[in-house]
Amino acid sequence: MASASTFVYVTFIRTTPQKLWQALTTPEFSRQYWFGVSTVSSWETGAPWALKFDDGRVPDSGIVTESDPPRRLALTWRHELVAEEGYTRCVFDLEPDGDSVKLTITHTSELEHSKVIQHISKGWPRIISNLKSLLETGTVLFAERIQTCS
Amino acid sequence: MQPNGCIIQCMDDDAVFKALADPHRRQLLDRLFDRNGQTLGELCHGLEISRQAVAKHLALLEAANLLSCQWQGREKLHYLNPVPINQIAERWIGKFDQHRLRALSALKQALEGDPHG
Repeated sequence: MASASTFVYVTFIRTTPQKLWQALTTPEFSRQYWFGVSTVSSWETGAPWALKFDDGRVPDSGIVTESDPPRRLALTWRHELVAEEGYTRCVFDLEPDGDSVKLTITHTSELEHSKVIQHISKGWPRIISNLKSLLETGTVLFAERIQTCS
Repeated sequence: MQPNGCIIQCMDDDAVFKALADPHRRQLLDRLFDRNGQTLGELCHGLEISRQAVAKHLALLEAANLLSCQWQGREKLHYLNPVPINQIAERWIGKFDQHRLRALSALKQALEGDPHG
């Protein structure tokens, strides 16, 4: 099916698929590299998932559509700032590659000019860089989101 | 810090810098930035170099992890992967005052009218 807006992000992280899966799905782990938001769910197929700030606000949420630890996690994804656009689809693929894991994040919207994808495309590269740095060196590059002028 | 990890990181950076050192490859990335998910044929359109040369450039960009490819039926679609560029930017530029650098880059863009600042 042709998708109107798709972003594909790839990074190689020197870790194991199990550790990377844990980093993606554990609240205490995710908030370290995801600028203070935690990923919260039971991560079973059909379960709801959400990103949560410590004060309880939920900027993003959806349903787990496929959960195959530690290989594939597929989510429907709604960004609250542009809730009128409805759900996008985000897939995390984890493939062992030598002593590393190839992480591919594919985020797709059926809309040609999706604002969700625009918002997300600014955030993903920084989140992924932080995640890679945390897993490989134990520290993040940036603890806080840098405010953009827009 | 892992010294071994640093060496591997340097090799990754070398591939990215080498890939970015060619104007045709930068042009291909710019075209994907404007419209993500293009085929080889679409990317060749309007370029003065051969289809084989474009395919070679794309392979080098993919090896540097600046491109990600996905098959859709029989079509191979190319997607810009900005993650390695972000890592380079954060390694050096992120250490400095990013706001001022953005302001400088906006000023340069406004004065020179360069869309790719």
